[in-house]
Amino acid sequence: MKHIIIGTGPAGVVAAETLRKRQPEADITLIGGEPEPPYSRMAIPYYLIGKVGEDGTHLRPAAQHFDHLKIHLLRQHVTRLDVATKTLSLDNQQSLSFDKLLLATGSYPTRPPIPGMDLAGVVNCWTLADARKIAAGANKGDEVVLMGAGFIGCIILEALALRGVKLTVVEMEDRMVPRMMDEKSGTLLKKWCEAKGVRVLTSTRVKGVSEEKIFAAPANSAPASSGGFFSRLFKPKPAVMAEAAPTPSGKLIVELDGQAPLKVDLVICATGVRPNIDLAKGILETKHGILVNERLQTSAADIYAAGDVAEGKDFSTGKYSVQAIQPTAVDHGALAAINMTGGHNALNRGTINMNVLDTMGLISSSFGLWQGIDGGESATLEDLNRYKYINLQFQDDYLVGANTLGMTQHIGVLRGLIQSRTRLGAWKQKLMHDPTRIMEAYLARNTG
Amino acid sequence: MLKSLYINPEKCTGCLQCEMACSYELEQVFNPAHSRIKVFTFHDAGRFVPYTCTQCDEAWCLKACPVEAIVINAATGAKEILNDRCVGCKVCTISCPFGTVNYNSASGKVIKCDLCGGNPQCASACPTGAITYIDSDATGLERMRNWAEKINTQYAA
Ligand SMILES: Cc1cc2nc3c(=O)[nH]c(=O)nc-3n(C[C@H](O)[C@H](O)[C@H](O)COP(=O)(O)OP(=O)(O)OC[C@H]3O[C@@H](n4cnc5c(N)ncnc54)[C@H](O)[C@@H]3O)c2cc1C
Repeated sequence: MKHIIIGTGPAGVVAAETLRKRQPEADITLIGGEPEPPYSRMAIPYYLIGKVGEDGTHLRPAAQHFDHLKIHLLRQHVTRLDVATKTLSLDNQQSLSFDKLLLATGSYPTRPPIPGMDLAGVVNCWTLADARKIAAGANKGDEVVLMGAGFIGCIILEALALRGVKLTVVEMEDRMVPRMMDEKSGTLLKKWCEAKGVRVLTSTRVKGVSEEKIFAAPANSAPASSGGFFSRLFKPKPAVMAEAAPTPSGKLIVELDGQAPLKVDLVICATGVRPNIDLAKGILETKHGILVNERLQTSAADIYAAGDVAEGKDFSTGKYSVQAIQPTAVDHGALAAINMTGGHNALNRGTINMNVLDTMGLISSSFGLWQGIDGGESATLEDLNRYKYINLQFQDDYLVGANTLGMTQHIGVLRGLIQSRTRLGAWKQKLMHDPTRIMEAYLARNTG
Repeated sequence: MLKSLYINPEKCTGCLQCEMACSYELEQVFNPAHSRIKVFTFHDAGRFVPYTCTQCDEAWCLKACPVEAIVINAATGAKEILNDRCVGCKVCTISCPFGTVNYNSASGKVIKCDLCGGNPQCASACPTGAITYIDSDATGLERMRNWAEKINTQYAA
């Protein structure tokens, strides 16, 4: 049996290991398109603050981990998938055939359709290569604009602040993390960041980014304002004559909607990610991501998809959607591998969407249907001065979603209560009265 | 034979000796806030329930960790945090459906019960036998595990 997995993120790595466990003799190839060993994108923020080195981001850092498992690691970009012949084409012109294939190609970051997004001083924060650019270009005192205060934006916000940059965050929605936290907590998060010296512009759009150009007066001397990351990449040409065209100063001008433009050294674009369905487009059924069934199987019988790229079953809604979170990638990877090796009962009963975020020391979390449901009930409790907040969402007498802010103890039990569909009985009223008693509710309903 | 903590809430008087012992063992201070075991008080029912990690087989915390900072101690079966690897991302704290992995902002890392390497101090400190450390089979842990199975997203085939 010849298995090929495309993608060396958590979904691909867990799948490869699970395949090996179940089929000691199978031929397993794991292909990653980036010039790195398998690594965890999630560790990037910690690389940016020096908590770990690059090797600290690597998945399975033990020497020869993949060799020992006889998992053949290939560092190649897959350019084409042919379903009829079950072959893949690689960047190096090689082609590979497979019996079963797993697409674990993750997501790629998107940039808004505005001018200047292709400038060298505009970077994403998605890959290790991006992280190296940020590490080079966002240092103490540098002016940095972070576009997007979504989940990824907020995670790196903390890293940037710790790097000592002068940071402005621009978010087009009316609050921070609008797709993870409700209005109250998203607004509190903004207040918290501002109190810590970060400028946060919500309901504001970046209209475009351009290079600042100046008339460098004396020939052969560097412009006074150089030194930013941009100028380190692109040495401004020295002006030869007084009437010569203006030259890049090394700074970027960020035009904003309804605000004065900003002059910065680096723009980090964290405006969103999309499933990387390039290989599947027009070949397999896709919507937002690659459509998969409860076995993580795509529209082609021997091809599976897992992780950020897969539109899999959501526990809370029963519908299919892209979650793009680490725990789902790991669950998908294991499940797909079990199904690729003939598992019978390995159905995806639905993964739960959940996130936890540390924004300069303020910790927020979201679970399931935190926005609530039609006809449902909710309980909230807030202590705005202490940046504490909790929001529980109920359907009948069970919990379907939650947001917390400023809570670090026992928050996992929110997942437990939601995913076990624990009937709360009398505890529903107690939680309506004091929603912080989640742990007691769980204990009262699940222990004798 | 692996051993497990067996908690019998009926015998708990809420004295908090377990929390003290845990905190002292792991943080060298007598401060219940640092304890990995916590006693919940149900005032209306006059009931106390000590609660900590059951070292479940599913090990959601371990699977969700992006940097392999949670490992299984082969001797005790405990899922242990490797402090020098933990980056403090907290994904394990939302993945554990029992709520028994918590973030410690002072250290910037997560904490959970590690069975004290096979000599759990909470059990030694408990004066009423509400917390004991006994053969896994006898602990009624199955009940917990059945519950865990309810929320498991996977069946091993
Ligand atoms: C800065 C940052 C912080 C994050 N923090 C969190 C967090 O706190 N919590 C959380 O739940 N999630 C977080 N995430 C998201 C999390 O990292 C992803 O959900 C997870 O990586 C998805 O895993 P995956 O295996 O599906 O895809 P990925 O990890 O994206 O891996 C995809 C792999 O496919 C490869 N690939 C793609 N196309 C090809 C091709 N054609 N040929 C060869 N190889 C290819 C890529 O090179 C890559 O190796 C964070 C992400 C980032 C960037």
